Formats: sequence, C-alpha cells, structure tokens
Amino acid sequence: MALFSQRNKSVLPGFGLSLGFSIFYLSLIVFLPLSALVLKTFELSLAEFWQVVASDRAIASYQLTFGASLLAALINLVFGLLVAWVLVRYSFPGKKVLDALVDLPFALPTAVAGIALTALYAPNGWIGQFFHAAGIKVAYSAVGVTVALVFIGLPFVVRTVQPVLEDVEKELEEAAASLGANRLQTFCRVIFPALLPSLLTGFALAFARAIGEYGSVVFISGNMPFKTEITPLLIMTRLEQFDYAGAAALGTVMLVISFSLLLLINLLQHWSNHRHGGVK
Amino acid sequence: MTEVVVNSVLSGKDSARAQKLRQATAEPVWLKVLLTGIALCFLTLFLLLPLVIVFGEAFAKGWQVYLASITEPAAMHAIQLTLLAAAIAVPCNVIFGLGASWAIAKFQFRGKQLLITLIDLPIAVSPVIAGLCFMLLFGARGWWGEWLNDHDLAVMFAVPGIVLATVFITFPFVARELIPLMQEQGREQEEAALTLGASGWQTFRLVTLPSIKWALLYGIILCNARAMGEFGAVSVVSGKIREQTNTMPLHIEILYNEYQFAAAFAVSSLLALLALLTLVLKSALQWRAARDYAEAARLRSAD
Repeated sequence: MALFSQRNKSVLPGFGLSLGFSIFYLSLIVFLPLSALVLKTFELSLAEFWQVVASDRAIASYQLTFGASLLAALINLVFGLLVAWVLVRYSFPGKKVLDALVDLPFALPTAVAGIALTALYAPNGWIGQFFHAAGIKVAYSAVGVTVALVFIGLPFVVRTVQPVLEDVEKELEEAAASLGANRLQTFCRVIFPALLPSLLTGFALAFARAIGEYGSVVFISGNMPFKTEITPLLIMTRLEQFDYAGAAALGTVMLVISFSLLLLINLLQHWSNHRHGGVK
Repeated sequence: MTEVVVNSVLSGKDSARAQKLRQATAEPVWLKVLLTGIALCFLTLFLLLPLVIVFGEAFAKGWQVYLASITEPAAMHAIQLTLLAAAIAVPCNVIFGLGASWAIAKFQFRGKQLLITLIDLPIAVSPVIAGLCFMLLFGARGWWGEWLNDHDLAVMFAVPGIVLATVFITFPFVARELIPLMQEQGREQEEAALTLGASGWQTFRLVTLPSIKWALLYGIILCNARAMGEFGAVSVVSGKIREQTNTMPLHIEILYNEYQFAAAFAVSSLLALLALLTLVLKSALQWRAARDYAEAARLRSAD
C-alpha cells in the first residue's frame, strides 16, 4: 500500500481534503526550504564541506553548543523533577501562580529573556555582582550560555513529568510501604521507574531545544569566536560574509542532529505512553 | 485523599497504624519544607527575577522615558509590523492545525507517525537555520532570487520574508494542541452525527469544534505569543531596516546594542506583558476545560 493511503475506510468525510492540504502546506513551508538547505550543501565538494564543518572554529562552537546544552538539560532534569514533585505533591501559598509561571520560557520572547538574563548576571547585575565578588564570570562566558539554556529548557522537563506524576497511583506506594519499604526505597523502586520514560523525554526535548537556541544566548554569551560562539551564531556570521554554502553546510549538520533527536524523542514518547498505559 | 480514608477507617485503636502508614507514604515535614524551599529558590532565580528585572529596568529612568521609548516612530512601526506578521501567520497555522489534526485523529493511514514527527520539526530546528533556508530560496543568489528581482518582487529583507519565517517557526503549535485531544476523543460522536443526517461541514462545526474549542484557543494564544516574539529566524530574513523591516524583538536588539537599555527594556516590557497575558489566558482556559470535562462526566453518570 502506498504511503499516506487510508486503511479501514472511515465513514467520516474530508480525509483527502484535510490530509492533502496538510501535506501540501507542510511541503511548501517545511520541505521546500529544508531541501534548499541540503541541496545548497551539495554545491560543495566533500573536501570543502569537511573544511567548513570540521574547522577549528566550527568544532569549538559544537563543543560549546553541545556541552552547554547537555549541562543545561541535566540541570533541568534534576530541578525539573524537583519542581514537578513539589507542584504535584505539596501545597503551599502561591502554588497555582508558580505552576502557571513554569510556562514563562515558552511564552516570553527569547530576545527579552536574553537581555533580562544578561542584565541579571552581568558583573554589576543583581545576581552577577555576587558571582563577580567570588571571581566567577557568568555573563559573557560559557556559564552564561548554560544559564540561558536552563531557562529555555525548564518547562520541557516539568511539563512532561508533571502529568505522569499526577497519575502515579498512591495505592502502589501504600503497597510498597506495607511491604516494609522505607520512603527512599519506595521512591527509587516504585515512583522513579514509572517517571523514567517521561524524564528522558523531557531531557531530550530540553536538549534538542537548547542546541538550536539563538535569541537568548546571543546576548549573554559575548560571542567571542573559539570561546563563547555557539553554532547558530557561527551560521549567522557565515551568512553575513555571504558564504551561503558554508552556512548551509553547518546548517545541514545541525539539521541532521536535530532530526535524529526528534526521532529519538518520538520513540521515547511511544515507550512512555506504552509504559504509562501499562501502569493503569 | 486516600490518607483521609485511611484515617477514618482506622480510627481509634488503629490510629497509630494509620500514622505509620502516612509516614510511609509521605516525606517527613523537614524534607517537604526543604524540597519546597529549593524549588522556590530555583524558580525565583530562573523565572521570577528575569521577569522582575524587565519591568524594573524599563521604568529605571521614569515614566516619561518609558512612554517616549514605546511611542517613538521606530518603536511604533516595529509594533505594527509584529502585529501584522502575527495576524497573517496565526490564521494560516490555525487552518493547517485543524486540517492536520482532523486527518491524523479521525483516520487510520500509513505514514501517520512520520507526519506527526515532521509537524514537530520546526520546534527542533534552530530558528537561524529556518531563516537561512528562506534566504537560499528567495535571497538575491537563491533559487528564485533572480526571477523575483526581474519582476520587482521583494521577499527577503521585506515583509513577506518576515511572515514566511514566522509561519515556519509557529506552525506546530496549534496542531500539537489539537492532535492528542482529538485522538483521545475518537470519532464516535462524528459518526453519530453523520448517521443522524448531518452534513460533513455541519458535523465539524456543531460536533467537533465545540469539543475542541478550549484546546484550539490555547493553541492560538501560544502560536500568537511565539509569532510575536520570534527572533532568530526573523533576524536572518529581515535585514533589520529601521521603520521598514524591524519587528519588536529586532528593535529591542538594536536598542540594546546601542546601549539604550531603558528603551530596550521598555519595548521588552510590552512583550513580557504579552507573555504574562498568555499565561493567564492559558490557566483560565485549562480551568474552563476542566470544568466542562467535570460537567460532562456528571451528566454521563446521571444518565
């Protein structure tokens, strides 16, 4: 059977129209531009391609982009779980406001987040002054990049873990307790395994989002080549030098990585739904 | 709730056991306080303070500077352009979101999982890459650059490019809100409506649309917030010509790089207000959706 052909004919109308329109729109807005990117990359010979994507400056930018994204996603994994736990299990004044505020990084434009975080963590900023006194440079360093990426990624972990945690049945914990498990054992052996797929999904989402992030990082990083230059910024620099093929080559590398991550996330989500369905 | 049940059942001589069970399924008070404290500190540091500093810096030089910053011609033009881009991008993506979620949720077909993955793609693709792609299509040395130039049509460094980049970045948001909800709702209700003689369009308008309205509204406000705040993709395609192709986020960047911090934060405060409004509307919609859901469950159990 051909791709996108219907199985088990439905009585509902509009299959051809809705699917046809979706695929047409998707092709126009996403496929066509992305194929332009990949085809542009093919204008380079393999040696030229390699020279662009494996240059010292590019490798330094990958190290910063992936290192900071990984660190930020790990910080979000720990604190996102903690925040989700506190929001689901405990009650305290102002909880609903905080719960709503968790989505702020989704809703706040990245440029606004970028200048706000820079103002906070600059050497004379509200928080930066304490780090400055301790001799730690936050803004205009890799630490600042990580701070911005933590901000951007936080809702992904909280919002994937929260619904699963809400559905973990209290009876299971009571059963564990009545069988003699202490609280830590119950958490490690009963609750944590149920949360694991959603934690991993949230982690991967935060990581994927962080890799491509531009707006918030560009203000706080200082943009020093080889030191605080992220890959999206390097692409921007190539574009400003009218080196379109070079920019496309770097873009293709990032695109392949993003797409692989996305496939991984979908697999994780599939696993998560499966596991989650199994618990019920 | 189970704690209450346990307490009432095991009253009297068994209350010691209940106490023990409660201890076993909850953390000690000191740990609760400690965990809540850490979470609050983290959220204050990473969410609350950035929000507070935007408004603090915006009014640092007083009301007059604030008002002047948001009413100067360049700022006003940036606001208009941002509103225009969102006004085009959001309806396009609503139509796509409705179509895609109808096809995905109501029918079984091969390649469905692939389609869902592809819809998510713009979330994972760096905005800079999105902008770059449009540059390669419409830019002076792009696929159609020469043709556009010959016909005196401007896409890059002009409003159409900004709209296209915004559509690309924001297109998953409506579809992502609708697909899981519509999948969960299944298609029995639509099938019943058709059996009773409703036309396809009537079924969609009178059966499907009312049951997805809150999720649809939420998708729209989220899509709108992202459309107005988009920075990376738009900064590649806009050319940043003041009073011509500057959106609000780009205007903020220019002001900031010119060390006009109070003005940059003043324009930022408008976008921060939009973000806060988005969060308030989101909470209100969730509350309404939960109420409708409870009402439906009550009616069903009354039958």
